[in-house]
Amino acid sequence: MAKIKQEIRALSGDEAVAYAVKQADVDVVAAYPITPQTIIVERFSEYVHNGEVDTEFVCVESEHSALSMSLTASATGARVFTASGSAGLALMHEILYVTSGCRAPVVMAITNRALSAPINIHCDHSDSMVERDAGWIQIYVENSQEAYDSILQAFRIAEHQDTLLPVMVMLDAFVLSHTLESVNVLPDNAVQRFVGMRNIPLIQGHQGKPVPFKLDPDNPITMGPLDLYDYYFEHKRQQEEAMEMAPRVISEVHDEYARLSGRNYGDGLIEPYRLDDADLAAVCLGSTAGTTKTVVDHLRKRGVKAGLLRLRTYRPYPTQEIRAALQNVKAVAVMDRSHSFGAHGGPVFHEIRHALYDATIQPHIVNYIYGLGGRDMPPTLIQEIYTSLQRIAKTDQVEKPVQFIGVRE
Amino acid sequence: MTPKQKTWKEVPIGGVCWRPSTDYPTGDWRTLKPIRNPEKCNRCLLCFIFCPDAAITWDSEAEDIGFAYDYCKGCGICAHECPKDAIEMISE
Ligand code: SF4
Ligand code: SF4
Repeated sequence: MAKIKQEIRALSGDEAVAYAVKQADVDVVAAYPITPQTIIVERFSEYVHNGEVDTEFVCVESEHSALSMSLTASATGARVFTASGSAGLALMHEILYVTSGCRAPVVMAITNRALSAPINIHCDHSDSMVERDAGWIQIYVENSQEAYDSILQAFRIAEHQDTLLPVMVMLDAFVLSHTLESVNVLPDNAVQRFVGMRNIPLIQGHQGKPVPFKLDPDNPITMGPLDLYDYYFEHKRQQEEAMEMAPRVISEVHDEYARLSGRNYGDGLIEPYRLDDADLAAVCLGSTAGTTKTVVDHLRKRGVKAGLLRLRTYRPYPTQEIRAALQNVKAVAVMDRSHSFGAHGGPVFHEIRHALYDATIQPHIVNYIYGLGGRDMPPTLIQEIYTSLQRIAKTDQVEKPVQFIGVRE
Repeated sequence: MTPKQKTWKEVPIGGVCWRPSTDYPTGDWRTLKPIRNPEKCNRCLLCFIFCPDAAITWDSEAEDIGFAYDYCKGCGICAHECPKDAIEMISE
């Protein structure tokens, strides 16, 4: 149980994010509005206008500029936040790589929204899934409470000396971004104690001397210059090393926050739900996990050994943890809210199969592409998935490994 | 010449430079080489100011300019800017 008194506020997911950023003592926010992230930026600009925060708020002319500004502000040692989604995130694509390559610990909230065309403002994960290789830590949240909690954790994870990687926190468009929830918020001073000041490590500078790793006129360094076949590869290898350190950092920060707030999300990497003795497991990310948990409870009452694995951290990918969580089930249904056209399944499906390739006994693994462009995923459809898993477990046969669910045939 | 190359564990992260850029002689990228005619040159130093590679040097004793050909990439800006037409770009 939490020892600290918390306040319950009625907040949408976007508002919960803005509130967390307000409390986290952020130096610079540079953002460009895009539905359904807009409320994050609007609420935060109100805090700035009302003098409730001491943040430099930069209105930029595009998302490309928003992230360029965030990266360069971060390079000076500032704590930086930005937010985007969908086409906005796609426009940031180039700078996502520059940010992670410069090891700038920027924190960004993404409201997961479909990509055009046809134009659509509703939820799916296509926008952030396509950026999974950009060298950012990716955390997908289930509800607005977790959005608030994860933004606070994200600053600690990003700025940790062993990671120094940018972090994106994903929340589902409208389902979370615009839906009011009761959100427990910590007192300002507890948040400030938890997030602390940004630590600047020392780095080897121009003359081989140790200097603070930030742009500083008194100790000038050069960041991100031309790096050809002689050193580029070494710098990429370092990014992978940071990703390998990240699971420990994510779990430590998650656990410390859990002790403070009384809320935990599995180990911070994955959240197994009634999986211990499960025969059938669904795997998903984001708000669908909430609906799926209800379906699992319902099935359990009927004696069906159903469970759920929610992936919270998608990058770094918790391969070992996933394998340990799923290797004793008979059949797994991976739910992908994005599609890799022509790849015979969605990205999560491929990576779950990859995680289980080295398991002693491999369960059957099937894929359901669902919810594109905000298509509803009601409990009845999730139940259908478990029904087909029951059939697979019983017959030991898979007829169709990849299916679309919720689309009119 | 280039010192022994370091491993990924030895170089600073984030592409931070730990060596000066003068460790990279870029003069061999050049196809055209600037040659100055000292007769025409009045030492106005416009070329010194305009050279994007800081490859034009100033010798204060001799009160004259020089070219650091190890770094001059042959862009021709000096020749273009010279008010005296004192610099000619010749094929390497
Ligand atoms: S610009 Fe021309 S005249 Fe002036 S110093 Fe250079 S070479 Fe000489
Ligand atoms: S050719 Fe270009 S690089 Fe070379 S000295 Fe002239 S201005 Fe400098």
